[in-house]
Amino acid sequence: MEFRQIATLAGKEFWDRIRNRWVLAVALVFTVFALVIAYFGGAQQGAVGFRSIEFTIASLVSLVIYLIPLIALILGFDAIVGERERGSLDLLLSMPLTRFELLLGKYLGLAAALAFSTVAGFGLVAVVLAPNLELSALYHYFGFMLSSVLLGMAFLSLAVMVSVFATDRTRASGMAIALWFFFVLVFDLLLLGALVVTGGRYGGEIFPYLLLANPADVFRILNIFALDDVRTLYGLATVFPRALAEPWLLGLVMLAWIAAPLGIATWRFRK
Amino acid sequence: MASLTPVPADTAAASAPVVSVRAASKYYGAVHAVEGVDLDVGRGELFGLIGHNGAGKSTLFKLMLGLIPLTAGEIRIAGAAVTGGGFRAVRRRIGYLPENVVLYDNLTGLETLQFFARLKGVPARDCPSALERVGLADATGRRVREYSKGMRQRLGFAQALLGQPQILFLDEPTSGLDPEAIRDFYAILRDLRNQGVTMILSSHILAEIQERVDRLAIMSAGRIQAIGTVQALREQIDLPLWFDIRLAPADIDRVRAALVHLPITGMEAHSDRLAVQCQREAKMQVLETLARLDGMVLDLHVREPSLEDVFFGFSD
Repeated sequence: MEFRQIATLAGKEFWDRIRNRWVLAVALVFTVFALVIAYFGGAQQGAVGFRSIEFTIASLVSLVIYLIPLIALILGFDAIVGERERGSLDLLLSMPLTRFELLLGKYLGLAAALAFSTVAGFGLVAVVLAPNLELSALYHYFGFMLSSVLLGMAFLSLAVMVSVFATDRTRASGMAIALWFFFVLVFDLLLLGALVVTGGRYGGEIFPYLLLANPADVFRILNIFALDDVRTLYGLATVFPRALAEPWLLGLVMLAWIAAPLGIATWRFRK
Repeated sequence: MASLTPVPADTAAASAPVVSVRAASKYYGAVHAVEGVDLDVGRGELFGLIGHNGAGKSTLFKLMLGLIPLTAGEIRIAGAAVTGGGFRAVRRRIGYLPENVVLYDNLTGLETLQFFARLKGVPARDCPSALERVGLADATGRRVREYSKGMRQRLGFAQALLGQPQILFLDEPTSGLDPEAIRDFYAILRDLRNQGVTMILSSHILAEIQERVDRLAIMSAGRIQAIGTVQALREQIDLPLWFDIRLAPADIDRVRAALVHLPITGMEAHSDRLAVQCQREAKMQVLETLARLDGMVLDLHVREPSLEDVFFGFSD
């Protein structure tokens, strides 16, 4: 494996996103949403202003769980198929580099752009909020940012996989949207439906493990279990065993969600 | 344009060929894109691949570059199998210009070259001279989206020239180029050929390629229908040639009478000239007869069958 090639490819993807202001736009979206949620999130309850970090993170999680997968899928769905369609893929593949290096370079560059936007966007909010926060609150907020980055990486990995399988960009975008619908909207409903239909008699024990089969759920669990006040707000705490909610374990699951689609994409790309 | 000294086919193949294709086939389901192709290209040879769109030229290029797997057969470039692990090192010595390549609109010409230079492991300082060589010295800082089609094609060519490749694969390299740029392009190819660079280029514009390549292969329906020097192909298919004979109008009937008993295959009389068609073996007979018509022939021009004629002879 040659790291210079990977760094060249990654650098191009990253700087493309800096230059066309993609990174700036996404960071701004995150900043604005986070500030609005932090200061006006309690408006329905008749209060305006920053309340607590728990409340803010819980609200941000509900937002980010929709937004980041969508942004990551849009970012990565044409990584390979886009090059294929414009005819530059053959040229790239004729260079002295392997298909895995090409895939990894593209992924890392896009991942760096997404991670940079996420950290810059939410980090700016942390700076604004810092005077109101204790160290432990900042620690939780940092955890939220890190898990958001991981969530983005996981869905970006799925997007790159789509970009390898799809034969054209239109199909790739359709597959990306379908993945978003499945993981973000349908998956939990299916699980819940299955639980209700069986009256909870079957599958109750494997239910927590099934949640791990969705990176969006892993992200949710990572964040709400870290916050004692929030855990009780969500019904999830009653069905999800504490032992499984270890941050390091969930972090590993997230890493698996990053590695597995990339692995499948590499296998397919080599064929 | 001066024609190149042809390298006889047997000489090119005798020394270890730089490009060696053996019974190469590529099937997409029922479609036989490339079928049983055998091809040897020697060092320093300028080899042309000619065929209609869809004849299998681009697929053959991709097979030779190891971009798509072979259904059957074997291809070696500089001794290394294109599907093997050792091919990565060979890739550093290869330049490739894909057909209809669209480069990155958001980069400048120079940035585009620098990107590919880094991937090839070529020093970035080589990029400005490569752009200069293809006539883009004035456009290095402009975004590719502002480039014309011909400029994009030249940029693609500059990319292929990076790192002084020993083997060049050029798929329809002159598409979008104006005649002046085509002339410059072949001038560069001549320089490279003199430096021993092996080149395979494809085209469907036969007139452009026929005086410029050492040997060529005619592809049709995925197969190589004929291979050899332009002259060998002409002889192989044995197409008739034409004499254009300029005469004083008064002499036309007498010249006509002198030629009718020869094995000619066609004759057209015009006010001040005669066009006579015959097979190659009758060529000398016609010339001798004309020579005996003392002083009547004012001018003479022999038209060999064009490569178009040859091409349609093979691919029909």
